[in-house]
Amino acid sequence: MFEVSGLHVFYGGIHALQGISLAVPERSVVTLLGANGAGKTTTLRAIMGLVRPREGQITLDGNSLIGRKPYEIVRMGISMAPEGRRIFPDLTVWENLLLGAYSRTDTKGISRDLNLVFSLFPRLAERKIQRGGTLSGGEQQMLAVSRALMAHPRLLLLDEPSLGLAPVLITELYRAFQRLREEGRTILLVEQNARAALSLADYGYVLETGRIVAHGPQQELKDTDLVRQAYLGI
Amino acid sequence: MAGYVQQFFNGLTLGSLYALIAIGYTMVYGILRLINFAHGEIFMFAGYWMYFLVFLFRLPWWVSAVLAVAVTAAMGVLIERVAYRPLRQAPRVSLLSTAMGVSFLLGNVIIVLPWAGGRQKPFPEVDFMRKIYTLGDVRIQAVTIWVPLIAGACLLGLLFLIYRTKVGRAMRAIATDMETTALMGADINRIISYTFLVGSALAAIGGILWGCRYPQLYWNLGILPGLRSFTAAVVGGIGNILGAMIGGFILGFGEILFVAFLPRYSGFRDALIFSLLILFLLFRPTGILGKPLKEKV
Ligand SMILES: Nc1ncnc2c1ncn2[C@@H]1O[C@H](COP(=O)(O)OP(=O)(O)OP(=O)(O)O)[C@@H](O)[C@H]1O
Ligand SMILES: [Mg+2]
Repeated sequence: MFEVSGLHVFYGGIHALQGISLAVPERSVVTLLGANGAGKTTTLRAIMGLVRPREGQITLDGNSLIGRKPYEIVRMGISMAPEGRRIFPDLTVWENLLLGAYSRTDTKGISRDLNLVFSLFPRLAERKIQRGGTLSGGEQQMLAVSRALMAHPRLLLLDEPSLGLAPVLITELYRAFQRLREEGRTILLVEQNARAALSLADYGYVLETGRIVAHGPQQELKDTDLVRQAYLGI
Repeated sequence: MAGYVQQFFNGLTLGSLYALIAIGYTMVYGILRLINFAHGEIFMFAGYWMYFLVFLFRLPWWVSAVLAVAVTAAMGVLIERVAYRPLRQAPRVSLLSTAMGVSFLLGNVIIVLPWAGGRQKPFPEVDFMRKIYTLGDVRIQAVTIWVPLIAGACLLGLLFLIYRTKVGRAMRAIATDMETTALMGADINRIISYTFLVGSALAAIGGILWGCRYPQLYWNLGILPGLRSFTAAVVGGIGNILGAMIGGFILGFGEILFVAFLPRYSGFRDALIFSLLILFLLFRPTGILGKPLKEKV
């Protein structure tokens, strides 16, 4: 359904992505693992149209995303919970969620999705009228994921959702991801936390300094030496 | 006593005019971190459009007023489109100097325009604004009631737009984080155009009301009200819409009080206003309501 092939991204002279290819089949969770600076965020930014690749192709159902503006890509059915959450601090939780639905006009669908995110994260329902900036880090991450869900995406991109969160919160967050997975959502999950990500994903890719160095079904990937040593610490 | 009542209405009138103009400065600054120097000329142009439409095209004043607001608002949108948008990624100084350039350009267009140039032009008379109401020994000009009423309605409408509509929500969002607003599926360029549309329309309404109050038109009419309103935006906390309104009224009342009680020094009022601007920029750049500004990356 979703495919990236031969993607090259440069920042000035830095060759940040050196020919990335990956695929996310419909109704699957795919994870992209990698250390700091590997190029994970750059990959997601290229997908969302925030950086322009020098070479390569990105397609959703065969339609190219290259050269499109972020808002067009959201309308095509991709949304992202960005690295660092990027909540609008002065807007309420409710307003943050409504902004996530900016591209939509189907009020029924919007209220259905509001119910969905409040059932995934009941804490958000209790904090509807609170300003986003007053939420704890974990709650902000829940809001960032929910806000991305409000676009009712066909493909959901998550950039290091576990970053900086206490283990209990990571568990809570991943329980929600598990529910989305069971619902048949399609997710591309970027993580450094390989243990959490591989517990959820069907398939994984390992990125190192701009190149995919390993990929495979979750179970196989867990057993490779590379992942065992570098990411799982076994 | 009668004098105080009149001065109160004078302050209210001037304050609401400054508030209307200050909104445009503050909204554009909030989103683009740009002091839109051309905003004063936008304000000035609305008065000239009234002149053209009433005296050259012979349209009734109210048709002219609606058209003048529409055309002036369109000018604001066009300026952003052709002069500011291409520089969105450029260093901020380029943007600032371009804004100054546009400001000079618009002022000089009025100087060289055959129907406008030369000496002062009269602002068309609007009859109901020229009445004088008397209540005992209190004489109040209708214009000092109508201007605050119309301006107040516009300001309430603006607050509704900003805090209760989808576009308003996006305008607030874009002011804190443009990139993330784009990720929400909002077309950034469109929202910025709306911002210029709204800010310029309010300045245009201000320009027309200003003409009703002070009915002469000249090419540099926009400069002082523009600078005073910019000061109002800074005093209220630049980027903060409610702050701009409050700042506008503070400046309007302050100016009227100063001139009323110290008439001998009334020539110093702009010196005083700009000292206020400098003091705020030095010691409280975030204004009364603003919170610390984060530098945009
Ligand atoms: N705006 C930029 N300008 C220049 N170089 C950049 C920019 N953004 C990222 N880079 C570089 O590109 C490379 C990939 O960065 P990226 O942010 O994609 O890594 P990442 O895998 O997301 O890392 P992290 O786990 O720390 O988030 C790094 O070497 C980084 O320094
Ligand atoms: Mg990253």
